[in-house]
Amino acid sequence: MSHYYEEQDLERFQEIGKYRPELYDNFMNYYQGVMAGGALTTREKALIALAVAHTVQCPYCIDAYTRASLEVGSNLEEMTEAIHVAAAIRAGATLIHGIQAHNVAAKITI
Amino acid sequence: MVPFAQCLENLGYQELRAERIDTLQVNLGWRCNQACRHCHLMAGPERPEQMERETVKEVIRVARRWSIPAVDLTGGAPEINPHFRYLVDRLHGLGVHILNRTNLTILLERGHEDLPEFFRERGVELICSLPYYQEETVDRLRGPGAFQKSLEALRRLNRLGYGQPGSDLQLHLMYNPAGAYLPPQQRDLEELFRRELARHYGVSFHRLYTLLNMPIGRFQDFLHRSCNYEGYMGKLMGRFNPAAVPGLMCRFLISVAWDGRLFDCDFNQALNLGLDKPLPQSIRDFDLQALEHRQICLGDHCYGCTAGSGSSCGGAVVR
Repeated sequence: MSHYYEEQDLERFQEIGKYRPELYDNFMNYYQGVMAGGALTTREKALIALAVAHTVQCPYCIDAYTRASLEVGSNLEEMTEAIHVAAAIRAGATLIHGIQAHNVAAKITI
Repeated sequence: MVPFAQCLENLGYQELRAERIDTLQVNLGWRCNQACRHCHLMAGPERPEQMERETVKEVIRVARRWSIPAVDLTGGAPEINPHFRYLVDRLHGLGVHILNRTNLTILLERGHEDLPEFFRERGVELICSLPYYQEETVDRLRGPGAFQKSLEALRRLNRLGYGQPGSDLQLHLMYNPAGAYLPPQQRDLEELFRRELARHYGVSFHRLYTLLNMPIGRFQDFLHRSCNYEGYMGKLMGRFNPAAVPGLMCRFLISVAWDGRLFDCDFNQALNLGLDKPLPQSIRDFDLQALEHRQICLGDHCYGCTAGSGSSCGGAVVR
């Protein structure tokens, strides 16, 4: 193993099911149910997944959902916009925690 | 990798045979005013291959002799062939349904500007390449300026009635992915194209067909250069869909190359994978009885026509 993240490991995902396969099966059923078209289209869901993949910074998910987004007809403009949404929420979440810093500072300063 | 023929055998197909011949798909030559980065024939402006007049006459003879219902014209840019209008005129006179695969930009080139009217007067069905509804993607695949020219050609065709709701002048778009990935679901993408092209450009069309990029020609070069070949072939094989096999286009058409040779499809033509002997090898020897149930010559590129929803010159195979 030359790197912690190996590209080909994505295809080995199902090996996780070797132990406690019932948990893996439960996960897969849930996962496939979530990602199927419903009130949201598969195209919209792929863009959400791509955005989330960036917030969790999972290279496997970024790889998978970049391909998935292209395969449902999305373009780089839409994908980049989705990533910006993720980034904006992360930035906003960071900033709102700044209030905690202010609160702490207010509490301990004269 | 499991060879495609072996994959079919595992499904119980000892061989794959044609069902009938509804369509002669005639490749009028590999010359083209464009040199698209995904072209399986490596067509371009410098290609010398062009169907000659005598071969064109053979196509007309076969269409008449065997009452072939449809002739599907392709290339390169088929319109560039100097005998193109002669062929269309004769086929129209025979009452053959004519489909023309156009890259759209050729319709703006000098000497071809009157083609939209020519097509309309002969009721030619048009299948127009447009790999996306955005300029950047189209120009990257087809060359700078291709998108705006394509739109201009589409608007001209729309003004003549092509692609308008309720019109008999059929205009369909042909999508292919801009890289090493599979096409979207045809129905979903059609809706997206219809909305975006109408909203931004005022362009309308009847149907959108999705076509997968075949791992041959320039696209194969790209796959090798970008180290995507193995991954792409693995994806095609992994997404093999048995439901696509009965509807494969090779089971309903025969391909005529620019030099008159017969092939199971345009892709086999690109690979020089001819019909099995002793089947007729040329349009000159065409014999419907001998060819309509012929055994199809298979290769691993055939995974491209059976992946996902399947792929054909008429779009997705499984809808």
